[in-house]
Amino acid sequence: MSEHGRLDIHRARTEWLRGDGASCDVVLSSRVRLARNIAGMPFVAHASRSDRRQVLDLCRQRLLASDLSEQLMWVSLHEAQPLDRTLLAERNLISKQMVRGLLPGQEAAPDAPRGVAIALPDERLSIMVNEEDHLRIQCIRTGLDLTGAFAHIDEIDDRIERTIDYAYHPRFGYLTACPTNVGTGVRFSVMLHLPALRMTGEIEKVRHAAEDMSLAIRGWAGEGSENTGDIFQLSNQTTLGKSEQDLLVELHEQIVPRVVEYERRARRILLEKRRTTLEDKVYRALGVLRHARVISIEEAMTLLSLLRLGVVLGLLDGLAQQTVNHLMLLIQPAHLQRLRGQEMPQSARRVARAELLRTHLGEGRHAEPPDPA
Amino acid sequence: MLCECGEREATIHEVIIKNGKKIEKHLCEVCAQKQGMASKAQNAPISQLISSFVLATAPARSAKALRCEACGLSYEAFRSSGQLGCPECYDAFSKELTALLERSHEGGTHHVGKSPRRAFAGGRGSGMPVDPAEQMRRKAERIRRLRKELERALADEQYERAAEIRDEIERLTGPTEDGP
Repeated sequence: MSEHGRLDIHRARTEWLRGDGASCDVVLSSRVRLARNIAGMPFVAHASRSDRRQVLDLCRQRLLASDLSEQLMWVSLHEAQPLDRTLLAERNLISKQMVRGLLPGQEAAPDAPRGVAIALPDERLSIMVNEEDHLRIQCIRTGLDLTGAFAHIDEIDDRIERTIDYAYHPRFGYLTACPTNVGTGVRFSVMLHLPALRMTGEIEKVRHAAEDMSLAIRGWAGEGSENTGDIFQLSNQTTLGKSEQDLLVELHEQIVPRVVEYERRARRILLEKRRTTLEDKVYRALGVLRHARVISIEEAMTLLSLLRLGVVLGLLDGLAQQTVNHLMLLIQPAHLQRLRGQEMPQSARRVARAELLRTHLGEGRHAEPPDPA
Repeated sequence: MLCECGEREATIHEVIIKNGKKIEKHLCEVCAQKQGMASKAQNAPISQLISSFVLATAPARSAKALRCEACGLSYEAFRSSGQLGCPECYDAFSKELTALLERSHEGGTHHVGKSPRRAFAGGRGSGMPVDPAEQMRRKAERIRRLRKELERALADEQYERAAEIRDEIERLTGPTEDGP
């Protein structure tokens, strides 16, 4: 195991981009997150700089010594380039708050001591240190596989607990900085692609149903994010009074399969009743993506979402789901700039984005992103 | 349908199932906000939701002066930030937190599920069954005292002493029995 390593942003080796696994026509990925804190230490929001520093050093050292993965990369976020931090957030490896060093109810503090450990090359496991809680562990799987993700994270949690004393209370369970996470400290979430439900307007019903069941539904980049590309995140909010297993079964076996079925039904109806309109939308999307000279992130995400739907429904040949998933990531601002090896203002990014899309989707081209030289 | 206040139309309906009993509530915006069921802003940050809820439900009289002895955080400060100060805050504010917990966890007030394996294995090697909660409490107390000492040492520029204390804190955050 090493603490060195690089993220390979050129290839779609990232677990959640694979585009396979159970129900992958609708479910992009499954994620489990655990919130943990160190006994006796103040929570992050009220910790002094020296406390945070100590938590960071201690966690870094123990995580790297715990054999959590074959290869574990450590990034000290307060010392990293802002662009690299954004890149990690675009890959869902750290939260948006971690990019700016933002703590709930506080000012941004870019130099606040914080870091992340990332398992390479698949990025299935990542552990944020000094986010809202001392430790935020996350495991991710392609498709609908909360069970697999949970089995993994449960083992990782046990290993970490061998070297770090967690703050735990017999009545309240794992203690967290915000009482909304206390108890199991677990959040199960699935990333869903729901273009048909959005087209038919039924997405609002899903939203209401989710709220009724104490679930949160958000855009693809988590809390407060816009739902770009028809990608939604569905997760549990309750963490106290229900066991991990209960929460898992509820989401994995009862709720998600219903939403998946609902989306599939909407897709079938669209195919049966409005096939030509649907094909028109998909091919127009391809047309714009292939020929645009300037394109915003919002437009590109909307069109890629249509492309993904076209691929899944078999309306488009020669294009893999993984390619579309990967493109959704590559066109994000920090990824674009890293690929170009330079910082670019928004106007230049729009041109670069259009170029990237043309290269990967252009007429007569192979649809797979080329390997870098 | 009219709200419980009998003045306005009920627009917010809530059904809570607690201990097998179904409780229905039909409220207007105004009463719902008073009871902490609705928030003006749909996309308000979670801390704001919590603070508006806490403001609406917490007993105003004694809570004001309430403070966690371990970290010094006042209940007021928690109400405005939505963030607790340290693990001990849960005991310090346990009464006040109960309503908030019930509300955000579908009525749940007690943890069910996983617990740290090591903490509940008893004092390893000691052969004496130790109450795990008590053990953790004592440890937390010791870390807290050390942190105060550390602050003092740093203020007095006693860096060697500070380094020793830091090591001791570090040791305490891991398995006790494997100490040096």
